[in-house]
Amino acid sequence: MKMLEVKNLCISFGGLHAVDRFDLSIDKGQLYGLIGPNGAGKTTVFNLLTGVYKPDEGIVKLEGKDITGLKTTEINKAGVARTFQNIRLFKEMTVLDNVKAALHRSYRYQTLTGILRLPAYYKQEKAMDEKALELLEVFDLAGESEVLAGNMPYGKQRKLEIVRALATNPKLLLLDEPAAGMNPQETGELMETIRFVRDNFEVTILLIEHDMKLVSGICEELTVLNFGEELTHGKTTEVLNNPEVIKAYLGE
Amino acid sequence: MKKKIFKNNMITYALIIAFYIVMQVMITTGSISSLLQGLLVPLCMYAIAAVSLNLVVGFSGELSLGHAGFMCIGAYASAIFSRVTEDSLPDLPRFLIAILIGALVAGVFGFLIGIPVLRLRGDYLAIVTLAFGEIIKNLFNVLSLGKDNEGLHVSFNDAAVMELGEGGEKIVDGALGITGTPRDSSFTIGIILLLLTVFIVVNLVNSRTGRAITAIRDNRIAAESIGLNVTKYKLMAFTISTTLAGVAGVLYAHNLSSLTVKLFNYNTSILILVFVVLGGIGNVRGSIIAAIVLTALPELLRGMANYRMLIYALLLIVMMLFNWAPAAIHFRERIKSKFSKKQEVV
Repeated sequence: MKMLEVKNLCISFGGLHAVDRFDLSIDKGQLYGLIGPNGAGKTTVFNLLTGVYKPDEGIVKLEGKDITGLKTTEINKAGVARTFQNIRLFKEMTVLDNVKAALHRSYRYQTLTGILRLPAYYKQEKAMDEKALELLEVFDLAGESEVLAGNMPYGKQRKLEIVRALATNPKLLLLDEPAAGMNPQETGELMETIRFVRDNFEVTILLIEHDMKLVSGICEELTVLNFGEELTHGKTTEVLNNPEVIKAYLGE
Repeated sequence: MKKKIFKNNMITYALIIAFYIVMQVMITTGSISSLLQGLLVPLCMYAIAAVSLNLVVGFSGELSLGHAGFMCIGAYASAIFSRVTEDSLPDLPRFLIAILIGALVAGVFGFLIGIPVLRLRGDYLAIVTLAFGEIIKNLFNVLSLGKDNEGLHVSFNDAAVMELGEGGEKIVDGALGITGTPRDSSFTIGIILLLLTVFIVVNLVNSRTGRAITAIRDNRIAAESIGLNVTKYKLMAFTISTTLAGVAGVLYAHNLSSLTVKLFNYNTSILILVFVVLGGIGNVRGSIIAAIVLTALPELLRGMANYRMLIYALLLIVMMLFNWAPAAIHFRERIKSKFSKKQEVV
C-alpha cells in the first residue's frame, strides 16, 4: 500500500488555478521531493495535504485511508506532521516546551491533575521531559532546551520545527524548504539529519526545496510543479536532466 | 527553568502573605485609616479579577472587555442564594456554597458565550464580551425577585408592580439591587481566595493544558499542525477565567450589605484590563501588584485633593514605561544579571 496517494487535487483562488489536477504517489519509507519555480504552488499542495485549505476536488489517501477535507488537527492525528516555509515556532515558549507541546497527545493527564499537582502530573511531566530531550539530542539542540524559541538563530529554529513535527509521532513528514537560509555546511549537516530521521524514526518524508544540491543528494524521486500543474515526475537524476524542467527553471 | 518557575511562584505567594500580615498588624495597631481598611476586600476582589483576566489576555491571547459582567453574575447569583438561605443555613457552609454558586454560574455563562465566539478568528471575543457586560448590567438593573409562601417571583418590570402574597419579601429590588446580604466577606477570606486563584492560574499555565493554551496564542496554525484542539483550549482558558471572575464577584457581594450593578460597568472592565496590561501581560504577580497599587492609590492620595488624578495618571505612564519600553526592559535585565552574578560569586 502507498503511504500517500493524491489524485486529481484541485484548488483555485478566484480565477487562479493554484493547484490543478495534481497527482502524487509516495511509497512507505521514501524520501520524495517536490520542486518547481517560485509560485508554482508547492506550499499550496502542503496546505491542501494538511487541511489548511480544503481542496475543490480530488482525493488524499494516507495508507489507504481517505483524509480529504479533514481538519488540520485531525490530519495530524492521522499521522501527518509538517514544518513551515516561514518558520512558525511558539516563540515565547522555551525550546523544550515547544517540543513538549507537540507531545501533548502521547502523554496525557487531566487538567485538574495539573492544577492540583497530583502524582500523575510529576510522572508524566518527567516522562515528557525525557522524551523531548531525547528528540532534541538527535538534532543537537538539547543544550539550548531552556532558551526561548524566538531567540534562537535561524538555522536552529528550522531544526526545532522538525523536532516539533517529529514529536507528534508522524508516519508522513512534510518539510517545507528545510534548508532555506542555511549555509552550505549547515545544509550538508541537514541532509545527514534528514536521512537519519527517515531511517531511525520510520517516517516517509516529502520535502519542498530549492537547493538542488540537497534535492539531488537525498531525494529518491521527484515531482516538478509549474504553474500549479505537474510538469513531470520520476527518478531524481532523470527529472533533473529533463529539458522541460531546465526550461521551467531557467527560461528559454 | 522548572526551578525558576517554582521560585517565582513562591515569591508571589510570599508577597501576598506578607501583604496580609502587614495589613493585619496595621489594623491591630490602628495605624490604618478606616477608609483604607474598607478598601481591603475590594483590593482582593480586583486582584482576583486581574489575575483571572490575565489568563485570557496574557496566556490565551484573547481580549475580553466584559470581565465586570461575569463578576456581576457571580455577585448576584451568590447574593440571591445567600439571601434566600440566610435563615436556613449556618454562616460558613452557606458562604462556601455561595462562592461555588457564584463561580459556577459565571463559568457557565463564560462557557456558553465562548462556544460560538471562540470558534472565530480575530477580535470577536472583545466585541461580544463588551456587549455582554452591558447587557448583564442592564438586565440586573431591572430585575426584581421576591419570595412568598407560593415560591419565587421574577419580574423585569418596575419593582413596584410585583405583587407578593403572604409572607412576601423582596430579595432583588430593581435598580436598588439586593439589600441585607449577609456580610460574610473579610480581608482574610479575600486573601485566601486570592491565593487560591493564583494557585489555580499558575499551576494551570505550567501544565500540559497551559502549554497548549500558550502554544495556540503564539501560533495558531502551528498549534493545529501538531494536533492541538484550538477551540477546546481557548474555551477552557476563557471558562476558567470567568469562573474566577465570578469568585471575585461573590467576594464583593458579601462585603457590604447592599449590592447594586453600579460597580459592574464598562469602566470596571477596562480598569481590570489596565491592571493586567500595566502589571505585565502574562505576569501574574504584576497583575496583583498593579491591582493593589492602583486601587489603593486614589485613597492614599486623597489628602492632595487637586493633584490626585494627576499623580494617578503620571503613575500609569511610569508603570507603562517601566514594563514595556525597550530601554527599561534592557535596564531591568542588566540589573537582574548583575544580581545573579553576585550570587554566583558568593
